[in-house]
Amino acid sequence: MEGMNVRLISGRTAVQGQNLDSKLTEKYFVEVARCDMNGNDMEKLGVAKDDTVKVTTAYGAVIVKAKQDDGNPEGMVFIPMGPWCNAVISGDTHGAGMPSFKGVDARVEKTAEAILPVKELMRTYMG
Amino acid sequence: MVEVTDVVCSLCGCVCDDIVVEVENNEIVKVKRGACSVGKSKLLGHERIKSPAIRENGELRECSYDEAIKKAAEILYKSRRPLLYGWSSTVCEADKVGVELTEDLGAVMDNTASVCHGPSVLAINDVGLPSCTLGEVKNRADLVIYWGANPSQAHANHMKRYSYVSKGYWTAEGKKGKKMVVVDVRKTMTTKMADVFVQIKQGYDYPVFSALRAILRGHEDVVPDEVGGVPKEQLLEVANMVKESKFMMTFFGMGVTHTGARHNNIVNAIQFTRAAHLHTKANIMPLRGHYNVAGINQVCTWETGFPFAIDMSRGYAWYNPGEQSATDLLYRADCDAAMIIASDPGAHFPGESLKHLAKIPVIQIDPYANPTTEFADVVIPAAVSGIEAEGNVYRMDNIPIRLRKILDTDYLPDEEILERILTEIRAMREKEGE
Repeated sequence: MEGMNVRLISGRTAVQGQNLDSKLTEKYFVEVARCDMNGNDMEKLGVAKDDTVKVTTAYGAVIVKAKQDDGNPEGMVFIPMGPWCNAVISGDTHGAGMPSFKGVDARVEKTAEAILPVKELMRTYMG
Repeated sequence: MVEVTDVVCSLCGCVCDDIVVEVENNEIVKVKRGACSVGKSKLLGHERIKSPAIRENGELRECSYDEAIKKAAEILYKSRRPLLYGWSSTVCEADKVGVELTEDLGAVMDNTASVCHGPSVLAINDVGLPSCTLGEVKNRADLVIYWGANPSQAHANHMKRYSYVSKGYWTAEGKKGKKMVVVDVRKTMTTKMADVFVQIKQGYDYPVFSALRAILRGHEDVVPDEVGGVPKEQLLEVANMVKESKFMMTFFGMGVTHTGARHNNIVNAIQFTRAAHLHTKANIMPLRGHYNVAGINQVCTWETGFPFAIDMSRGYAWYNPGEQSATDLLYRADCDAAMIIASDPGAHFPGESLKHLAKIPVIQIDPYANPTTEFADVVIPAAVSGIEAEGNVYRMDNIPIRLRKILDTDYLPDEEILERILTEIRAMREKEGE
């Protein structure tokens, strides 16, 4: 199976919060550049722990590390709030002021591509 | 070694004010008690921006405060439509100067509520908010509902200090005498603690609030067998818990504001609270993120009449979130310079909005380097409010609390940096007028 359609949500984690003021560190990178998904979804995708996955939406694509969390229902993935998740979020708020950070239609697939470190990720916006 | 008591945490909206730290050689060496893991991490400190700097040929060159402040003033003065964004991780005294700077420049001022509880603010504008202080919650609430929130991770002291686990005057038994309902789309550490976990389908908050309203108003016959993935039996169970409680408190988070109907979700959450008033005492409160995001909303409201997304380009305050909110402004490429203070849009804004931030001159005022620094043309390091600078902040229940200064520093506080930028801009205008 090449990939699967999912709903993407984002949110805080304690380690993400502990590193709010040290976002350029390895600790933040490991915590935030990751995608939590149900074990059954990982099996369907042929993805093991720490494999990289590509998450694609209508607004962009990002590479993150897979992590099993069976608390997520099947068909829904969670990426901690931060630069990697936001790489695939729309800037259009539909006049409401608030972007859709949760409930975004996305496609997840296994990839051999590497995760971009935060500074390189920012450089992709500099065109 | 000096023990400092009653330290106030400047991290999240809980603003815990009973922290004890040990200070040695002008450094916090130990957090003895009171702080959660997130607050402790902040108090113990991180690597700082070492010096003011100006970007030249793609690289940041270290410079003096005077040079950086002058350059920042030049950028803002030459700009036709600057965006001044952030303001939630600093004190109200700095925010007040920010409003003055916005008015002086005819700029757009927005704060982090815009990507956090902005929809809650809009809903409160619409229908008001039956709410109370966290002290009242601690002393009275016997039913606590967390909806679309995971305080175990994001507000780690919240349950212990103020809600489910705390012991108060009429809640002396702590959680033994209380019930907790958690509504979320996934299982979390918080849902594991709940007496009742209501797992809803992502994006279905609005109809679930509506169903509970209907039941509380005596119309359970109109509620179908399942709403948003929740069986009717469980909705009846929760409604019953509301009816039997003496004091119900609902806290809600980003699970509601970031999703689908946005502010309409919150309007319905507030109307659910009002329906509960037919049976019991009930209040509701947003779980605010930054320690002073409530404060910047207060300052903006008393200074301009509006809480966020304020456009001063007409010479008076114009409020239309969705048009002048920072993400929208950047997405539409509708600003030609940005000053980012006490926040990090580089990490927390959609990538599509960052493309414009990369094109325009950016001034960053912050104690720490972060993804926004990559876009910054001028970097001005600031003292850490609550550790190196004092000032007033508003807790998530809008109670003002004064942050203390614990350590000495050579870094300038945000308020002074902003005042000096404003003075420079006024001098430039005066010179041009001569």
